[in-house]
Parts: sequence; C-alpha cells; structure tokens
Amino acid sequence: MNHWIIAPVLLPAVLGALAVLVARHDILLQRVIGLGGTLALAVLALVLICSTTLTGPEVYFLGDWPAPFGIVLVLDRLSALMLLLTAALALPVTLYAIGTGWDARGRHFHALFQFQLMGLNGAFLTGDAFNLFVFFEVLLIASYGLMIHGGGRNRLKAGVQYVAFNLVGSTLFLFALATIYSVTGTLNMADLAQKVATLPEGDAALIRVGAVMLLLVFAIKGALVPVQFWLPGTYANAPGPVAALFAVMTKVGAYSVIRVYTLIFPPVTPATGTMFADLILPAGLVTLILGALGVLGARSVGRMVAFAAIASMGTLFTAISVFSQAGTTAALYYLLHSTLATAAMFLIADLAVSRRGSGSLAEARPSTPQSGLIAALFFAGAIAMAGMPPLSGFLGKLLILDATRGDMMLVWPVILITSLLMIVGFAQAGSLLFWKSSAIPAEPDPEPEDPPAALPFVAVGLLLMLLTGLTVFAGPLTAWLGTTVAELHAPAPYIAANALPVGG
Amino acid sequence: MELLVASAIGLLTAGGVYLILRLRTFPVIVGLSLLSYAVNLFIFASGRLAIGLPPIWSKTAAGYTDPLVQALVLTAIVISFGMTAVIVMMGLGAYLEAGDDRIDIDRSAAEENEDARR
Repeated sequence: MNHWIIAPVLLPAVLGALAVLVARHDILLQRVIGLGGTLALAVLALVLICSTTLTGPEVYFLGDWPAPFGIVLVLDRLSALMLLLTAALALPVTLYAIGTGWDARGRHFHALFQFQLMGLNGAFLTGDAFNLFVFFEVLLIASYGLMIHGGGRNRLKAGVQYVAFNLVGSTLFLFALATIYSVTGTLNMADLAQKVATLPEGDAALIRVGAVMLLLVFAIKGALVPVQFWLPGTYANAPGPVAALFAVMTKVGAYSVIRVYTLIFPPVTPATGTMFADLILPAGLVTLILGALGVLGARSVGRMVAFAAIASMGTLFTAISVFSQAGTTAALYYLLHSTLATAAMFLIADLAVSRRGSGSLAEARPSTPQSGLIAALFFAGAIAMAGMPPLSGFLGKLLILDATRGDMMLVWPVILITSLLMIVGFAQAGSLLFWKSSAIPAEPDPEPEDPPAALPFVAVGLLLMLLTGLTVFAGPLTAWLGTTVAELHAPAPYIAANALPVGG
Repeated sequence: MELLVASAIGLLTAGGVYLILRLRTFPVIVGLSLLSYAVNLFIFASGRLAIGLPPIWSKTAAGYTDPLVQALVLTAIVISFGMTAVIVMMGLGAYLEAGDDRIDIDRSAAEENEDARR
C-alpha cells in the first residue's frame, strides 16, 4: 500500500493546525508555513501523478479496513491531475496574498487556506461517497472563514448568504446519499458502480431520484443554472486571492460530476441511461449564455470576472455532457485552463481595483501607478478567459467544438456567440479601466507611496506562465488526458483496485 | 411506524423549507436546523426501521439493524451542528456590522448602483 496517497490530506491538516497553535501571533512564521506547505504539496502532487501514470489506479485503505466496509482513498490519473492543479493554483495565490498583505488583514488566513487545501485534496482523492460529503464540508467550512477574511459589512452579508445556500446544498447531499444507500446498501464508489449496473428494474426510480439530487448538489458547487446565483455575490465580495482560490472550488463540482457520472452512473447504465447528459447539456448552455451576458452587463470588475467564471463553468459542463472520449478530454483540458485563467483574472482585477480604489465600471478614474503593466496583464487574462488565440482558452474551446461536431451542432453557435459577447465585455471594461483613465491627469498623491511590491506580479505572471505552458504543451497534454479519459470510461482497473469481496 | 417517521420527516422538511425562504437571518437559521433534523431522521430510516434489534451481530439476538447508518447520522449531526454554529456567528457578525438582520443585500446593492452613478 502506497502511504503517500494520504499525504496530500495529512500535510495541510498538520500545517493548518500548526499555523493556529504555534504561529498564532507571528505572521512571518505563518507565511513560511503557508508557502512551505503549498510548495511541498506541489512536489507531492508531481510525485503522485508520476506514480499513478506508471502503475495505474491505487487504493489506500484507511485503517486497513477492506472495501467496502472501510473508507478508501483512490489515486488515479484524474484525482492526481486535480491534486496537481490545486497545488499549482495554491502556490501563486499564496504568493499573491503574501505580496499584497491580504493575509495580514484578518486572522488565520494561512491556517484556513491549509484547511481548504486539505478539503480539496480529500474530495479529489476519496473513493467513498459519504467521505466525499465530509471533505466537501471541510473545504466549505474553511471557505466560509476565508470568504469573510478581512471583514466588512457587504462581505459579511454576502458570507451569510453563501453559508446558508451551501448548508441547504449539504442537506440535499445527505438526502441524496441516504436515498442511494437505501437502494444499494453501499457508499463505496466502486461498489456502487457494480451494484447500480445490475440494479433490478423495481429500484430504478428511487436510484434516479437519488442520482438527480446528487447532480443538483454538484450543480450548486459548479454554479450551474438554475443554482448559480450564489456565485457572483460571493466571488465579487470575497478578497481577491480568496476568489482566485475559489476558482478551483467550482471545479470540485465539475470533478464530482465527471467522477460520479462516468463511474457510478455512466450512460450505459440501464437504470438511468443518458438522462444526466440530457439534463447537463441545456443547463450548461444556459449557464454559458447567462455568464456571457453578465460579463457584458456587470457594473463592477469583481462581478464581471465572477460572471466570466460562470460562463467558463457553462462551457465546461457543456463539454462534460457529451460523455464521450473526445468530449471528456476536451472538458478536462478546459477545466485546467479555466481554473488558472479565472484565478489569474481575479488576481489582476484585485490589482487594478486596489490601486483604483473602486471596482465600479461606471466612469473612468484617474490613472494609477503601474497601470500600463496591469493593463497588459488584464489584456492577457481577458484573452485567456474569452478563449481567443493564442492562449489555451482557444485550444480548449476548439477541442470542445470538435467533440460536439455532428449531432450536437447547437453547441457551436452558443459557444461562438458567447465568446464574442465576452470579448466585447472585457474590451469595454479594459478600455474604461485603463485607456480612458490615462486621459485624466493623476491627482498628485499627498503622501509618498510605498515602493510597489513585486511579489503580486510574480504570482500573476506564474499563473499566466502556466497558461502558456498549457498552450505550448497542448499536444502531449491532451494525449495524456486522453489516456486518463479512457481510464474513466473503462473503470475496471479502478474497481479492481478496491479489491471488493466477490459476490458481496 | 413508517407513516409516523415519514410524516415527521415530511413536516420537518416542509417547515424548514418555509423558514429558509424568509428574509431574516434568525428564521433562516432555524429553518436550516429543522432541515438538518429532517435529514438526520431520513438517513436513519434509510437503513430500514427496526425495533429492539442491536446494531451489531450477536448470537442471542433475533437479528441486527444496520450499524452504518448510525455512524452516518452521527457524522451528519456533528457536521450540521458545527455549521449551524458558524452561520450563527456570521449572522451575528453581519447583524452587528450592518445594523439589521435581513439576509438579502438589497441596500448595499442599491448603494453600489449609487456608487456607479456618482
């Protein structure tokens, strides 16, 4: 048994506790812990991704209890990929939070950040549906703390809404799990896959109810219409680096949909058939349209980027709904891209807003220090978000269009027109933020500014570099993702790794 | 007994859903608690209802009831308890900051628009 599998959960848990207990009053030590933790996590994720590429799916039996009686963690290509993505996102975000001093504006930023990473990593690794719920709660409770980091009236109010909404989602999750358990008598994902595939006709209705409720829960996480309305308020009011980290939280919903609806309820299941694909596709398209319109009509920078995040989730779910080799490969590629691009955009928006003093998009304000550099970054981020060449968003959308060629041509006009809408929206905002402001003479600053910190720009640059990397190495990457998806659509090795009792 | 448990779950859920649709923080929190009671009962019932049976296998007992759902319920209770504590604290914080306990951000949205017009 490979004990490294549990390390991505344990490491942040221990570091988070350390940051609270030992480094309570020492922001420097907290920063060292936070940065060291995310670095170690990145190395760990790289090691795990190499190991699973070589050996195939591996299972970690917690407490050495055999599945399906004990809880298992499963490391396969998809979960390793998500771990790496989380670590790759966490590192620049930590750098940014340190560089801008966001982490010192409230208490326990780094501790909460580590707990959030613990929840994310656990959710990606677990092979047990109830354990998935537990890790969802871990990442949510940390996100509640991060969301209201720094305080302020609007942030607290938006935070209460966010918590209330997610508590309803958690309750729904429990209802769904209990329904599924009452039909199948198990919550181990591999065991569920076997039991659901051979379900008697009479139980089909109940399992469908459970599965649709589960889909609704993941849709809440992934901000899919009609349960997307928590996202703009939350993301726009959250601190910049926290909103950037939250970019991977919506992807937890997407990951869960990919995992559950390829492993447990694939379209070949007689009890459920293609009903999930039929539900996700229209929801994804409407999400995409709504997000693009939101980008066009947003009145503040934060809300604009939040709506762009919604649009990217719509694109992602549209790709997922294809449930084919090409479709899921495109979805995974776009998932990597959109996480990094959304995060970069939130950080850039935070850079611009913090210098400008207001996120309002109603009128131009005097130009600010380094506005040229930020404008260039904004330009690059907007290209990535809208899916224009030469960055990876373009390739992602191209892959999705290719996967939906043929009988799903409805997807084409929606994706192409919304891309245009987003380009217009970003161009409008960018010209107001940077061009029109350069016409207004800057007011002389009464007090000399601190020398600008370089670290935030390094963080944003790191994210954009990763996006460039995705673009340049798109060929080998999609080949690797293709094997990952083949593994998802033929889950026999995943199920075999759980060593379930025969006939049980 | 099935009817009793089922109607209890139904009533709790209906009351909870009604309350979380209210505009103030306090009823929403009470509604969330009611919902979590409902779901706890529901999980408990998903392991089948049995009277007087031990949750572990024993030679002397006539049978046994599913022990896993009891573990699940315990986990769910602990989590919902913690989450309720968090939302109470946040609701209180928002109330102290804003001076009212409305759950919507109507006024601040209006302010944002005002800010946009200025």
